[in-house]
Amino acid sequence: MSEALRFEGVRKSFGKLEVLRGIDLAVAEHEVICLIGASGSGKSTMLRCVNLLEPIDAGRIMVEGVEITAPGVDTNAIRRRIGIVFQSFNLFPHMTVMRNVTLAPTKVLELSATDAADRARQLLDRFGLADKADEYPDRLSGGQQQRVAIVRALAMQPEVMLLDEVTSALDPELVAEVLDVIRELAAGGMTMLIATHEMGFAKDIASRVCFLDEGVILEQGPPAQIFSEPQQERTKQFLQRIIAAGRM
Amino acid sequence: MSVGGQPDQEYLNDNDDTVGRRSRILGGGGGGKGGRGRPEGRRAVVIAMISTVVFFGVIIVAVVNSAGWTVVKQTFFNGEQFRESFPGIARAFLVNVKLFLTAEVFILAFALLLAIMRSLPGPVFFPIRALSIGYVDLFRGIPTILVIYTLGFGAPALDLAGVPKSAEFWAVVSLVLVYSAYVAEVYRAGIESVHESQVSAARSLGLSRWQSLRFVVLPQAIRRVIPPLLNDFIGLQKDTALVSVLGVVEAARQAGIDNAATFNYTPFLATALLFVSITIPLTRFTDWLVARDRRRRQAGGVR
Repeated sequence: MSEALRFEGVRKSFGKLEVLRGIDLAVAEHEVICLIGASGSGKSTMLRCVNLLEPIDAGRIMVEGVEITAPGVDTNAIRRRIGIVFQSFNLFPHMTVMRNVTLAPTKVLELSATDAADRARQLLDRFGLADKADEYPDRLSGGQQQRVAIVRALAMQPEVMLLDEVTSALDPELVAEVLDVIRELAAGGMTMLIATHEMGFAKDIASRVCFLDEGVILEQGPPAQIFSEPQQERTKQFLQRIIAAGRM
Repeated sequence: MSVGGQPDQEYLNDNDDTVGRRSRILGGGGGGKGGRGRPEGRRAVVIAMISTVVFFGVIIVAVVNSAGWTVVKQTFFNGEQFRESFPGIARAFLVNVKLFLTAEVFILAFALLLAIMRSLPGPVFFPIRALSIGYVDLFRGIPTILVIYTLGFGAPALDLAGVPKSAEFWAVVSLVLVYSAYVAEVYRAGIESVHESQVSAARSLGLSRWQSLRFVVLPQAIRRVIPPLLNDFIGLQKDTALVSVLGVVEAARQAGIDNAATFNYTPFLATALLFVSITIPLTRFTDWLVARDRRRRQAGGVR
């Protein structure tokens, strides 16, 4: 299997606070990596760095062997290959669902309006949103909005998807519909990097789980190992807190 | 000067109020309760009507029965004078209309350019930002009438080749320069009110900085600032009267001429009515536009 994504000694600070303190990780194609860890451990920052929404301070990030953090690279060209979905959906409220999904394909990939609409309709259909195409985001439930956000990212046909706690802002009863979408993506072979607090889901879907602690990947391995026999004391403590909170 | 100089934040709050306004006019504190057709709603309307009739009735009776009313009526509310001066003033008012329509087109474009210049990030664009900030500071600080005097009398004297010398041309230029400074600040408030996460989402899809601005930020920003934009547009309409200092015969000037000939002030009343006949319908129309946009995006939705 070829390599989709690689972090090498990635460091990132916000002011005096060092959020990433040397991240090393290689992700193979079709792999689904779940990033777990407490809030502030650096999960979201890691994802935002891959999408170049945050410039890194040291190290390198490679996508399919090409360094994307090198100076002078075309950031827009890289971003269109990497989809990201945010915790707060961030749909464009002044556009219909259809327009949300077709905007980037028409403006960035320069698809014709009909081609983009066809592509959008296929995706909306696949994720049960066909009847919402002409609605505005404010009229959808949180779960529907997040599914639209996923469709919007998929419409660019990215090679890697980054999901940043995509269910954290949802009412509990809406979580499942979004997780189902992600499961389907995983089954379809999409390479994904998923920051999540849904441990049951991570156990279920991940090919590998990485436990982040204070800006480093403290421990990683297959879900069965991380969740049943964590090696590190910090990992055990974290999982115990999760269990105590009834989240697993 | 009558230009809209209130803090920008207020503009934005104003925007959020437009939908509830109608019910608040009638219902006072009971916002939303007075639904149409329901008994308490009809009762509210009746009370509002009675209260209004009594309130204005008392004022009218007091004014009409005052000692000087006959004289005031003759000089300010003279029907005959009104009929005589109105056609001339209405014709002159077309000059105002031409001035503010022409100026507004350039103001909306130039101010947007200023606001975009100011929103450019990074150290490279510092001189552009500084230019925009300096411009806005300067032209918001100078009284409009001084700009009109300076450009209106000074610029034609330069004898620039190919540039018109007419007073109307330089009047429009002056109004554009001054009002663009105000309107740029309105746009800027709108641009800054669009959450950063919208830009993140746009950029993450591969849209360039300019595309994000053009398709994601500006459409949202401009929708939000339509009421304050209208506010400045109304200010502009009224300030076209200042152009009379250059000798342009617009409505207020024409009223002054009529007044000087007859010593009667009714022509000013006619002028005022003409201005109001444009601003009030325009305000209602804008409210309706904003409410419609909101309805389309939100109402009737299943949560």
